Amino acid sequence: MLESRFLARRVGALDTAARAVSPSSGVEVRALGPATRLSFRVRLGDAQPKLAGLDLAINRMVGTGERWCARLGPDEWLTGAPEADNELIQGEIEQALEGCFHSLVDVSHRDVGFEISGAAAAQALNAGCPLDLGDAAFPAGSAARTLLGKVEIVLLRPSDAPVYRVDCWRSFAAYVHGFLVEAADSTVAV
Amino acid sequence: MLLIDCPFCGKRPEVEFHCGGEAHIARPADPAQVDDAIWAEHLFVRKNPRGLHAERWRHLHGCGQWFNALRDTYTDRFVETYKAGEQPKHPLTETRA
Ligand SMILES: [Zn+2]
Repeated sequence: MLESRFLARRVGALDTAARAVSPSSGVEVRALGPATRLSFRVRLGDAQPKLAGLDLAINRMVGTGERWCARLGPDEWLTGAPEADNELIQGEIEQALEGCFHSLVDVSHRDVGFEISGAAAAQALNAGCPLDLGDAAFPAGSAARTLLGKVEIVLLRPSDAPVYRVDCWRSFAAYVHGFLVEAADSTVAV
Repeated sequence: MLLIDCPFCGKRPEVEFHCGGEAHIARPADPAQVDDAIWAEHLFVRKNPRGLHAERWRHLHGCGQWFNALRDTYTDRFVETYKAGEQPKHPLTETRA
Protein backbone atom coordinates (compact mmCIF):
# COMPACT_ATOMS: atom_id res chain seq x y z
CA MET A 1 0.00 0.00 0.00
CA LEU A 2 1.24 3.45 -0.87
CA GLU A 3 2.07 5.28 2.33
CA SER A 4 0.79 8.54 0.90
CA ARG A 5 -0.08 10.03 4.25
CA PHE A 6 3.65 10.31 4.94
CA LEU A 7 4.44 11.81 1.54
CA ALA A 8 1.64 14.21 0.75
CA ARG A 9 0.71 17.41 2.50
CA ARG A 10 -3.08 17.42 2.63
CA VAL A 11 -5.00 20.60 1.89
CA GLY A 12 -8.68 20.58 2.80
CA ALA A 13 -11.08 20.89 -0.10
CA LEU A 14 -12.21 24.37 0.91
CA ASP A 15 -9.07 25.60 2.63
CA THR A 16 -7.70 27.66 -0.24
CA ALA A 17 -10.55 30.16 -0.06
CA ALA A 18 -9.28 31.36 3.31
CA ARG A 19 -5.63 30.58 2.78
CA ALA A 20 -3.07 33.23 1.98
CA VAL A 21 0.03 32.71 -0.09
CA SER A 22 3.14 32.32 2.02
CA PRO A 23 5.17 35.55 1.81
CA SER A 24 8.37 33.71 0.88
CA SER A 25 7.01 32.96 -2.60
CA GLY A 26 7.12 36.65 -3.54
CA VAL A 27 3.75 36.29 -5.30
CA GLU A 28 0.55 37.90 -4.12
CA VAL A 29 -2.94 36.75 -5.16
CA ARG A 30 -5.74 39.21 -4.55
CA ALA A 31 -9.43 38.79 -5.33
CA LEU A 32 -10.82 41.93 -6.92
CA GLY A 33 -14.17 43.36 -5.93
CA PRO A 34 -17.31 43.89 -7.99
CA ALA A 35 -16.76 45.83 -11.18
CA THR A 36 -18.43 46.76 -14.44
CA ARG A 37 -17.61 44.50 -17.36
CA LEU A 38 -19.08 44.96 -20.80
CA SER A 39 -18.65 42.66 -23.74
CA PHE A 40 -19.24 44.15 -27.15
CA ARG A 41 -18.96 42.76 -30.62
CA VAL A 42 -18.91 44.71 -33.85
CA ARG A 43 -17.62 43.93 -37.32
CA LEU A 44 -15.80 47.12 -38.19
CA GLY A 45 -15.51 46.88 -41.98
CA ASP A 46 -15.18 50.39 -43.38
CA ALA A 47 -16.82 52.08 -40.42
CA GLN A 48 -14.42 53.86 -38.07
CA PRO A 49 -16.40 54.59 -34.90
CA LYS A 50 -14.58 56.74 -32.37
CA LEU A 51 -14.19 54.75 -29.17
CA ALA A 52 -11.15 54.17 -26.98
CA GLY A 53 -9.83 50.64 -27.51
CA LEU A 54 -11.59 50.02 -30.81
CA ASP A 55 -8.40 50.51 -32.82
CA LEU A 56 -6.38 48.08 -30.70
CA ALA A 57 -4.67 45.15 -32.38
CA ILE A 58 -6.09 41.71 -31.52
CA ASN A 59 -4.90 40.49 -28.10
CA ARG A 60 -3.93 43.99 -26.95
CA MET A 61 -5.36 46.16 -24.17
CA VAL A 62 -5.27 49.74 -22.88
CA GLY A 63 -5.89 51.17 -19.45
CA THR A 64 -4.82 50.50 -15.93
CA GLY A 65 -6.55 49.69 -12.68
CA GLU A 66 -10.29 49.47 -12.92
CA ARG A 67 -10.70 51.14 -16.31
CA TRP A 68 -9.45 49.02 -19.20
CA CYS A 69 -10.42 47.73 -22.61
CA ALA A 70 -9.10 44.60 -24.31
CA ARG A 71 -9.57 43.33 -27.85
CA LEU A 72 -10.05 39.56 -27.64
CA GLY A 73 -10.75 38.78 -31.29
CA PRO A 74 -11.31 40.38 -34.68
CA ASP A 75 -14.83 41.43 -33.68
CA GLU A 76 -14.85 41.17 -29.89
CA TRP A 77 -13.89 43.51 -27.06
CA LEU A 78 -14.16 43.29 -23.27
CA THR A 79 -14.03 46.43 -21.19
CA GLY A 80 -13.83 46.99 -17.45
CA ALA A 81 -14.74 49.97 -15.30
CA PRO A 82 -15.62 50.86 -11.71
CA GLU A 83 -18.95 49.37 -10.65
CA ALA A 84 -20.65 52.77 -10.41
CA ASP A 85 -19.76 53.71 -14.02
CA ASN A 86 -21.80 50.92 -15.62
CA GLU A 87 -24.48 53.05 -17.28
CA LEU A 88 -22.02 55.78 -18.18
CA ILE A 89 -19.73 53.40 -20.08
CA GLN A 90 -22.66 51.57 -21.68
CA GLY A 91 -23.95 54.92 -22.90
CA GLU A 92 -20.56 55.86 -24.34
CA ILE A 93 -20.27 52.59 -26.26
CA GLU A 94 -23.85 52.74 -27.53
CA GLN A 95 -23.32 56.27 -28.73
CA ALA A 96 -20.03 55.47 -30.49
CA LEU A 97 -21.41 52.35 -32.20
CA GLU A 98 -24.70 53.90 -33.25
CA GLY A 99 -25.39 52.96 -36.85
CA CYS A 100 -22.97 49.98 -36.75
CA PHE A 101 -24.56 46.56 -36.30
CA HIS A 102 -23.25 45.49 -32.89
CA SER A 103 -24.01 43.69 -29.65
CA LEU A 104 -23.34 45.09 -26.20
CA VAL A 105 -23.82 42.85 -23.17
CA ASP A 106 -23.38 43.65 -19.49
CA VAL A 107 -21.35 40.72 -18.12
CA SER A 108 -20.39 42.39 -14.83
CA HIS A 109 -21.81 39.58 -12.72
CA ARG A 110 -20.58 36.78 -14.96
CA ASP A 111 -16.91 37.25 -14.12
CA VAL A 112 -14.69 37.38 -11.06
CA GLY A 113 -11.34 39.14 -11.24
CA PHE A 114 -8.03 38.37 -9.56
CA GLU A 115 -4.77 40.23 -9.45
CA ILE A 116 -1.61 38.20 -9.28
CA SER A 117 1.59 40.12 -8.75
CA GLY A 118 5.22 39.74 -7.80
CA ALA A 119 8.48 38.92 -9.54
CA ALA A 120 7.47 35.28 -10.04
CA ALA A 121 3.82 35.98 -10.96
CA ALA A 122 4.27 34.75 -14.54
CA GLN A 123 5.93 31.60 -13.26
CA ALA A 124 2.96 30.96 -10.98
CA LEU A 125 0.46 31.58 -13.81
CA ASN A 126 2.39 29.19 -16.02
CA ALA A 127 1.56 26.40 -13.58
CA GLY A 128 -1.74 26.26 -15.46
CA CYS A 129 -1.55 28.72 -18.35
CA PRO A 130 0.08 27.43 -21.54
CA LEU A 131 0.92 30.87 -22.98
CA ASP A 132 4.48 32.14 -23.22
CA LEU A 133 4.39 34.91 -20.59
CA GLY A 134 7.96 36.09 -21.16
CA ASP A 135 8.42 39.84 -21.69
CA ALA A 136 9.04 39.36 -25.42
CA ALA A 137 5.95 37.23 -26.07
CA PHE A 138 3.55 38.84 -23.56
CA PRO A 139 4.71 42.43 -23.04
CA ALA A 140 2.89 45.30 -21.35
CA GLY A 141 -0.48 45.86 -23.01
CA SER A 142 -1.04 42.18 -23.82
CA ALA A 143 -4.43 40.56 -23.35
CA ALA A 144 -5.69 37.11 -24.22
CA ARG A 145 -8.46 34.71 -23.62
CA THR A 146 -6.71 31.48 -22.72
CA LEU A 147 -6.78 28.63 -20.19
CA LEU A 148 -5.75 28.25 -16.57
CA GLY A 149 -5.80 24.61 -15.60
CA LYS A 150 -9.21 23.37 -16.69
CA VAL A 151 -10.98 26.69 -17.10
CA GLU A 152 -11.08 29.52 -19.56
CA ILE A 153 -9.74 32.87 -18.35
CA VAL A 154 -9.01 36.30 -19.72
CA LEU A 155 -5.45 37.30 -18.88
CA LEU A 156 -4.38 40.95 -18.94
CA ARG A 157 -0.99 42.53 -18.44
CA PRO A 158 -1.61 46.28 -18.19
CA SER A 159 1.98 47.47 -17.63
CA ASP A 160 5.64 46.47 -17.56
CA ALA A 161 5.26 45.59 -13.89
CA PRO A 162 4.79 41.87 -13.13
CA VAL A 163 1.12 42.43 -12.30
CA TYR A 164 -1.47 40.35 -14.12
CA ARG A 165 -5.24 40.39 -14.04
CA VAL A 166 -7.14 37.12 -14.36
CA ASP A 167 -10.87 37.15 -15.06
CA CYS A 168 -12.85 33.93 -14.97
CA TRP A 169 -16.48 32.92 -14.87
CA ARG A 170 -18.09 33.25 -11.47
CA SER A 171 -18.75 29.54 -10.99
CA PHE A 172 -15.06 28.82 -11.64
CA ALA A 173 -13.81 31.44 -9.18
CA ALA A 174 -13.19 29.10 -6.24
CA TYR A 175 -11.23 26.78 -8.50
CA VAL A 176 -9.19 29.60 -10.04
CA HIS A 177 -8.45 31.16 -6.66
CA GLY A 178 -7.35 27.82 -5.24
CA PHE A 179 -5.26 27.14 -8.30
CA LEU A 180 -3.52 30.51 -8.14
CA VAL A 181 -2.84 30.27 -4.40
CA GLU A 182 -1.50 26.75 -4.78
CA ALA A 183 0.64 27.75 -7.75
CA ALA A 184 1.95 30.87 -6.03
CA ASP A 185 2.80 28.88 -2.93
CA SER A 186 4.80 26.42 -4.98
CA THR A 187 6.74 29.20 -6.67
CA VAL A 188 10.23 30.09 -5.60
CA ALA A 189 11.01 33.81 -5.49
CA VAL A 190 13.43 34.89 -8.21
CA MET B 1 3.79 21.59 -26.92
CA LEU B 2 2.31 21.83 -30.41
CA LEU B 3 1.71 25.41 -31.50
CA ILE B 4 -1.04 26.25 -33.99
CA ASP B 5 -0.80 29.45 -36.00
CA CYS B 6 -4.21 31.12 -35.61
CA PRO B 7 -4.72 33.51 -38.57
CA PHE B 8 -5.87 36.15 -36.05
CA CYS B 9 -3.74 35.59 -32.93
CA GLY B 10 -0.54 33.99 -34.21
CA LYS B 11 1.08 30.92 -32.70
CA ARG B 12 -0.84 29.62 -29.71
CA PRO B 13 -0.83 26.36 -27.73
CA GLU B 14 -2.80 23.44 -29.12
CA VAL B 15 -4.99 23.06 -26.00
CA GLU B 16 -6.74 26.34 -26.85
CA PHE B 17 -8.04 24.86 -30.13
CA HIS B 18 -10.80 22.53 -31.19
CA CYS B 19 -10.85 20.57 -34.44
CA GLY B 20 -14.04 20.73 -36.51
CA GLY B 21 -13.38 17.98 -39.06
CA GLU B 22 -12.73 18.17 -42.77
CA ALA B 23 -12.89 21.59 -44.44
CA HIS B 24 -14.33 22.73 -47.77
CA ILE B 25 -17.39 20.48 -47.70
CA ALA B 26 -20.14 22.24 -49.61
CA ARG B 27 -23.70 21.56 -48.53
CA PRO B 28 -25.93 20.77 -51.53
CA ALA B 29 -27.65 24.03 -52.42
CA ASP B 30 -31.07 22.40 -52.45
CA PRO B 31 -31.08 19.25 -50.26
CA ALA B 32 -34.57 18.31 -51.49
CA GLN B 33 -33.23 17.89 -55.02
CA VAL B 34 -30.52 15.31 -54.19
CA ASP B 35 -31.13 11.60 -53.62
CA ASP B 36 -30.38 9.77 -50.38
CA ALA B 37 -27.02 8.50 -51.60
CA ILE B 38 -25.70 11.98 -52.36
CA TRP B 39 -27.12 13.38 -49.12
CA ALA B 40 -25.58 10.53 -47.12
CA GLU B 41 -22.28 11.15 -48.88
CA HIS B 42 -22.45 14.83 -47.92
CA LEU B 43 -23.23 14.03 -44.30
CA PHE B 44 -21.00 11.08 -43.57
CA VAL B 45 -18.32 10.38 -46.17
CA ARG B 46 -14.96 12.02 -45.51
CA LYS B 47 -11.57 11.73 -47.21
CA ASN B 48 -9.55 10.56 -44.19
CA PRO B 49 -6.22 10.71 -46.07
CA ARG B 50 -2.82 9.59 -44.87
CA GLY B 51 -1.02 12.85 -45.53
CA LEU B 52 -2.20 16.40 -46.12
CA HIS B 53 -5.72 17.10 -44.92
CA ALA B 54 -7.69 20.35 -45.01
CA GLU B 55 -9.46 20.80 -41.69
CA ARG B 56 -11.65 23.30 -39.90
CA TRP B 57 -10.30 24.46 -36.58
CA ARG B 58 -11.66 26.85 -33.99
CA HIS B 59 -9.57 28.95 -31.61
CA LEU B 60 -12.07 28.05 -28.91
CA HIS B 61 -10.23 29.32 -25.81
CA GLY B 62 -8.85 32.36 -27.62
CA CYS B 63 -10.35 34.64 -30.25
CA GLY B 64 -13.21 32.19 -30.83
CA GLN B 65 -12.87 32.27 -34.61
CA TRP B 66 -13.17 29.38 -37.04
CA PHE B 67 -10.41 28.99 -39.62
CA ASN B 68 -8.92 26.32 -41.88
CA ALA B 69 -5.68 24.42 -41.58
CA LEU B 70 -3.66 22.02 -43.68
CA ARG B 71 -2.36 19.28 -41.44
CA ASP B 72 -0.35 16.20 -42.28
CA THR B 73 -2.24 13.36 -40.63
CA TYR B 74 0.93 11.23 -40.67
CA THR B 75 3.31 13.66 -38.94
CA ASP B 76 0.67 15.87 -37.20
CA ARG B 77 2.56 18.82 -38.70
CA PHE B 78 0.54 21.93 -39.55
CA VAL B 79 1.64 23.01 -43.00
CA GLU B 80 -0.55 26.10 -43.28
CA THR B 81 -3.45 27.91 -41.67
CA TYR B 82 -5.80 30.30 -43.49
CA LYS B 83 -9.05 32.13 -42.89
CA ALA B 84 -12.45 30.60 -43.52
CA GLY B 85 -13.56 31.24 -47.08
CA GLU B 86 -9.99 31.19 -48.43
CA GLN B 87 -8.16 28.45 -50.27
CA PRO B 88 -4.80 26.98 -49.17
CA LYS B 89 -1.64 28.10 -50.97
CA HIS B 90 -0.11 24.67 -50.67
CA PRO B 91 -1.33 22.03 -53.17
CA LEU B 92 -3.40 19.31 -51.55
CA THR B 93 -2.06 16.56 -53.80
CA GLU B 94 0.65 15.17 -51.52
CA THR B 95 -0.51 11.89 -50.07
CA ARG B 96 1.61 9.18 -48.57
CA ALA B 97 1.77 5.56 -49.65
ZN1 LIG C 1 -7.16 33.16 -32.44
